[in-house]
Amino acid sequence: MLSMSTNNLSYNDQGGTDSAVEVGQETTPTSSNAGAGFGLFSVDFKKNDDLKEMLESNKESLKLEAMKRVVGLKKLVYVYLVRYAEEQQDLALLSISTFQRALKDPNQLIRASALRVLSSIRVPIIVPIMMLAIKEAASDMSPYVRKTSAHAIQKLYSLDQDQKDLLIEVIEKLLKDKSTLVAGSVVMAFEEVCPDRIDLIHKNYRKLCNLLVDVEEWGQVVIISMLTRYARTQFTSPWKEDGVFDEHSERAFYESDEEKTRNEPEAKPYMMDPDHRLLLRNTKPLLQSRNTAVVMSVAQLYWHLAPKNEVSIVTKSLVRLLRSHREVQYIVLQNIASMSIQRKGMFEPYMKSFYVRSTDATHIKSLKLEILTSLANEANISTVLREFQTYVKSQDKEFAAGTIQAIGRCATNISEVTDTCLNGLVLLLSNRDETVVAESVVVIRKLLQTQPTQHSDIIKHMAKLFDNITVPMARASILWLMGEYCERVPKIAPDVLRKMAKSFTSEEDIVKLQTVNLAAKLYLTNSKQTKLLTQYILNLGKYDQNYDIRDRTRFIRQLIVPNDKNGALSKYAHRILLAPKPAPLLESAYKDRDRYQLGTLSHTINTKASGYLELSDWPAVAPDQSVRNVEVIEPVKEWAPSLWKTGKSKPAKSSDDKFYSDSGEEEEEGSGSSSSEDGSSSSEESGSDAESRVENSSQSSEESDESSSQSEKSSSESESDSEKKKRKTKTPLQKKTVKPTAKDGDSDGNVAKEASSSSAEESSSDSESDSDAHTDSDSGTEHKKKTKSKAKPKVEVKSKKEVSLLDLGDFTPAPVTQLKSSILSPSLLGDLEGMSLSNVSSTIQVSGPAFVPEKSHDLLHRMTGKGLSAQYQFPRQPCLYQPTMVSVQISLTNTSDHPLEQIHIGDRSPTGLNIHCFNTVECLEPEASVTVFMGIDFNDSTQAANFQLCTKEDHFSVSIQPAVGDLFLPITMTELDFRKEQGKLLGMNESSATITMAAENMTSQPISRPVATVANLGVVPSGQDDIHRFAGKTASSGAVVLVTVELRESSTALITINTEKSVMGSMLLRDLKQALAQA
Amino acid sequence: MIHSLFLINPSGDIFLEKHWKSVVSRSVCDYFLEAKEKALEPEDVPPVIHTPRHYLISIYRDKLFFLSVIQTEVPPLFVIEFLHRVAEMIQDYFGECSETVVKDNMVMVYELLEEMLDNGFPLATESNVLKEMIRPPTILRSVVNTLTGTSNIGDTLPTGQLSTIPWRRAGVKYTNNEAYFDVVEEIDAILDQSGTTVFAEIQGVVGACVKLSGMPDLTLSFMNPRLLDDVSFHPCVRYKRWESERVLSFIPPDGNFTLMTYHVNAQNLVAIPVYVKQSISFFESGSGGRLDVTVGPKQTMGKTVEGVMVTVHLPKTILSVNLTATQGSYTYDNGTKLLVWDIGKLNPQKLPNLRGSLSLQAGAPKPEENPSLNIDLKIQQLAISGLKVNRLDMFGEKYKPFKGVKYITKAGKFQVRT
Repeated sequence: MLSMSTNNLSYNDQGGTDSAVEVGQETTPTSSNAGAGFGLFSVDFKKNDDLKEMLESNKESLKLEAMKRVVGLKKLVYVYLVRYAEEQQDLALLSISTFQRALKDPNQLIRASALRVLSSIRVPIIVPIMMLAIKEAASDMSPYVRKTSAHAIQKLYSLDQDQKDLLIEVIEKLLKDKSTLVAGSVVMAFEEVCPDRIDLIHKNYRKLCNLLVDVEEWGQVVIISMLTRYARTQFTSPWKEDGVFDEHSERAFYESDEEKTRNEPEAKPYMMDPDHRLLLRNTKPLLQSRNTAVVMSVAQLYWHLAPKNEVSIVTKSLVRLLRSHREVQYIVLQNIASMSIQRKGMFEPYMKSFYVRSTDATHIKSLKLEILTSLANEANISTVLREFQTYVKSQDKEFAAGTIQAIGRCATNISEVTDTCLNGLVLLLSNRDETVVAESVVVIRKLLQTQPTQHSDIIKHMAKLFDNITVPMARASILWLMGEYCERVPKIAPDVLRKMAKSFTSEEDIVKLQTVNLAAKLYLTNSKQTKLLTQYILNLGKYDQNYDIRDRTRFIRQLIVPNDKNGALSKYAHRILLAPKPAPLLESAYKDRDRYQLGTLSHTINTKASGYLELSDWPAVAPDQSVRNVEVIEPVKEWAPSLWKTGKSKPAKSSDDKFYSDSGEEEEEGSGSSSSEDGSSSSEESGSDAESRVENSSQSSEESDESSSQSEKSSSESESDSEKKKRKTKTPLQKKTVKPTAKDGDSDGNVAKEASSSSAEESSSDSESDSDAHTDSDSGTEHKKKTKSKAKPKVEVKSKKEVSLLDLGDFTPAPVTQLKSSILSPSLLGDLEGMSLSNVSSTIQVSGPAFVPEKSHDLLHRMTGKGLSAQYQFPRQPCLYQPTMVSVQISLTNTSDHPLEQIHIGDRSPTGLNIHCFNTVECLEPEASVTVFMGIDFNDSTQAANFQLCTKEDHFSVSIQPAVGDLFLPITMTELDFRKEQGKLLGMNESSATITMAAENMTSQPISRPVATVANLGVVPSGQDDIHRFAGKTASSGAVVLVTVELRESSTALITINTEKSVMGSMLLRDLKQALAQA
Repeated sequence: MIHSLFLINPSGDIFLEKHWKSVVSRSVCDYFLEAKEKALEPEDVPPVIHTPRHYLISIYRDKLFFLSVIQTEVPPLFVIEFLHRVAEMIQDYFGECSETVVKDNMVMVYELLEEMLDNGFPLATESNVLKEMIRPPTILRSVVNTLTGTSNIGDTLPTGQLSTIPWRRAGVKYTNNEAYFDVVEEIDAILDQSGTTVFAEIQGVVGACVKLSGMPDLTLSFMNPRLLDDVSFHPCVRYKRWESERVLSFIPPDGNFTLMTYHVNAQNLVAIPVYVKQSISFFESGSGGRLDVTVGPKQTMGKTVEGVMVTVHLPKTILSVNLTATQGSYTYDNGTKLLVWDIGKLNPQKLPNLRGSLSLQAGAPKPEENPSLNIDLKIQQLAISGLKVNRLDMFGEKYKPFKGVKYITKAGKFQVRT
């Protein structure tokens, strides 16, 4: 490892270039500027005089320079300002206007930090300004600013709780945000402001689950704990009905961890809600996080939500945390202590990890002891006791005493070893250390109480030791034992009393009290021998200095010595003093801790901390599951029924892109944060839907009736809403409400030539209502109902005609889609998208393949491969290794009769060929086959990739020849974007041909099928029945490829391909011609 | 969430306070100081203290207490993890984490703390992001700063926070592109008197020092990934790749970082590289005792064991020791009763031995338990679990980096009971 300082140096080399990259402007970093910040603290105040000029200048570079200085200034001035604002409000107010101006800055970082400081100024008078700023920032196009606004929500809320309702509106809006940056912060705000508004989560539940892996670590913790609470209110219990946990089934589970998990759902009549499963599945990888808080929160999620037999997958990770810092150990051990009481089996295999080291801190030691005690059972008790023997000898006497108590607990819990433990404890009575002896006596007393019938010899033994024991508590315990079981030791007890009478005055109070007790009990059972002794002791007690003892003596005397006045009570003296007493329970201090959610502060301190949110019990009947459905899914089915795509959120995104590009803003990925995107897309879809289906005229009119009435309702609703807002915020929101309306109207006009005027009206009014940022959840569900009710009859109609549609429909049923897409690593895709953004404008999203042909090609025949046969296939997924590569799936089969070893990839040609090899397959048994993935950068050419497939003994030259269509990745874009892109790729870049279509290809649905089979392209939604558009990009260089198929009269069609890769274009054209003509 | 932070030195002085929400009086620390007085060792102070109005969560690290004040429910690990990040950040910036360093760089520490939390919620905890905003000090720069009166505040805007990979800056450039990986394994073990292994396991860390230009995408694979029983990753590692193929695929942060930590299955037999023959006995009379310790190599896979050190916490009643070592030297601190025997390299031909007499305080009883021995050792070029890095591939960039892997085995919590 290199030293710190060199690292710093090299880091600094980069400073300048970096800013240039980000801001995209020429900057002149000078050494003097940043220092200006300190001018305030020194004399040269004038240095900043030019700041104002610079800020107001028109030159971008100057402004930026000034801003940097402001940012530099910020650091200390801001710290100062925020710290003292509350005390010097007037002064703080002077600064406000500066921040207000900075809130409009073109640089997102400056907007964000202005909001951050503004919201940190705790001066009530600026609440309205803050509110306004938060609202604006919540719809900012930069996710970073939106994140800051989520933070500001909490600050404002703590300053003025009256703003709650308005803030909830902002939270609701931000919850819909698709950016991972925002998710953690907004959930934090949700937890702080309105944790009871669980209804806000429904629609975002699946999204949050899917985003979780990519959220930063601190956000993950917050989201997971919120989702834990959510799940407990929405799903039914996955635990067995009887509620009693069967230890044996669990241990059996241990052996076959994986299999069971998979078989689980079928085995039981209980069916887990797919959303419940989604949460469990998506949190599992986070057990591998480096952040201990994340691991703990996943562990508690599993503990509270997972079926009993799946909880143990968290064990390993929790045990891993024990390697971390002492404080982490402390918290984790506490939680394990709570868990291990209920579920011994979970931690039993890791028992040795809880062995105590002499270097552990005291609180760690006692927690480990606690856990070891809980884990002890018949099978391992001997090991545990042996370990305890070592601990008893520890120099840390407090710990030794704790160990003795632990032994006592083991003895009561496990009846087989009670005697062994007792004997061991008796041996300890001769220990040199007093604390050990005393603790042993106390524990022995408790043990004897649980089974008083035997063991009179132990009592005798203790009586013998009595003279040597000096610890008061121990002496008192022995005296109590003597008295309680005096009938078993009739000879010894009076003798002990005799000794006590002698030393009574010098004993500790607690011993004196027990002596008086012993005397009384003996007097009742054996008054002949002890009458005089008792009276003597009672007399001593009468004049004791301690009033407790004097009281006790007086009480006892009245009770046992019969006289005239109190005859009534003394009759019962025997029953009062010698009543059988219940045995003390030896149990863990952690027994009831799990009433608090694990991992919480409340659990740690075992008291309800302020702000603790109870975890509710499972509902008996699950609430409506459909509340989590997101409307967007439904239209996907209808409106691009065939090959649109598998991702659920994509359609929303595309409309959102349109939204932004239209209003002339630079868009960010997933920047549209409002409900308007969902809402407007669905309305648009339903609108265009109604238009495109003129064939079913009766139906569509019915629909339009229905939906227009709907839209009336919702528009009136939303109008009042927007009215409200107009009064408060005057700017961009209002603009937005108008703009999309106009635009939608436009595009609808284009799209729907045959649309009736009524439906056009409907669609516009609809989109108007929806583009309002605050669509009520009510109207949302109405939309859904509407689309649903439409969906049903249509599918029925279609299913008769086109079987192929149903086949593909299987690709995208709502719940299954979810599961599938979540299998793909979101983080991976996120990374890939991040990298590819530089190549392609961000309106264009890589989507999943529309269709994956099953066809596989021979790579190596088994005859030539000496038993090794290999086939390859293009899965048409973005390559995981590198975005420019095409991923290739290779299945290797061993058809020989001996195992093949070390199958790997050897030399390749052309040598520059960039291949990501699969991992060496160490051994392939006969008849076995294995599927591996590799990535090949074909560099956008259909030239075959040649390489050697090697086994331990042989080398086989093989080659992979891609079809041109496999070199693409499908992308999704709007029709508008498609045209825009197409406009850029005319002339040289365009190739077209007219073909005669096969008759069966004339109906609209199957046309996308052959196209998708030939090439990995995405379908672009088209308003016209007779024009079909497809889009993709080349894998290696990311060049856009656009395909248009225009159906003409008399079964001819015009195929147009626009791409700058003209060679690929013509090859694709050839393939398409063939496919469409012949089919 | 996190309300305030106090830094407290071992003698109980508060030398830094920082509030992220409203100001909390430092008198809140009295509860903590009280608990600290009660504890015998600073390590024994309970990490979570419940006071009437606040909750105090503290860590003890590098001889400093980091105490945070909490007002509402929050996962305690969340706070503890964050406090450790603060300590790491100070360490990272200034080379060490101590009272003097914090005091000398008070302004920067404040700036850092301001950026790390916003309203008590972590904002920028990635060292890479912070370093963009606030430059770490170097000797050269501090000289320049004194002369020109400038500061360490970066004149670039923090862009890392905006990216989907916040741990890496864009536009990194090196003339020498290099990626080095250290596989460090620690053996945790408890051996009993007879030398039998009571408990042993291996904990490993793959540290990395990656200085590569641009946006490299690295893939690190192991020869025998099956060995790894449990792993945890830096956020840059893609979980799914690991789950499906057992390779580490990641876009690395710039500079030093911990790529992964792992645990090698305890069920596998762990090779214990040394054996210890010891006898510590005290005379029944209670006047003194004898100590005789020999250390020898056991399963070392043919490598030399270096840096061997034996540490013993002698009982409190020991008055003095009189020992002779055949190799290395020993020190004994009568205040802490700590005996340290620094052996150095282990020579199989001539085993190092330490023997001599111990004398007890007059009248003190014979100690109940013999002290346990803590062993420290180091073996270069060996990962005791047998883990081997197979290969490192780089994608996304054209140049050829220098690559290197180093293996080290160390003793972790290696204890011999006597």
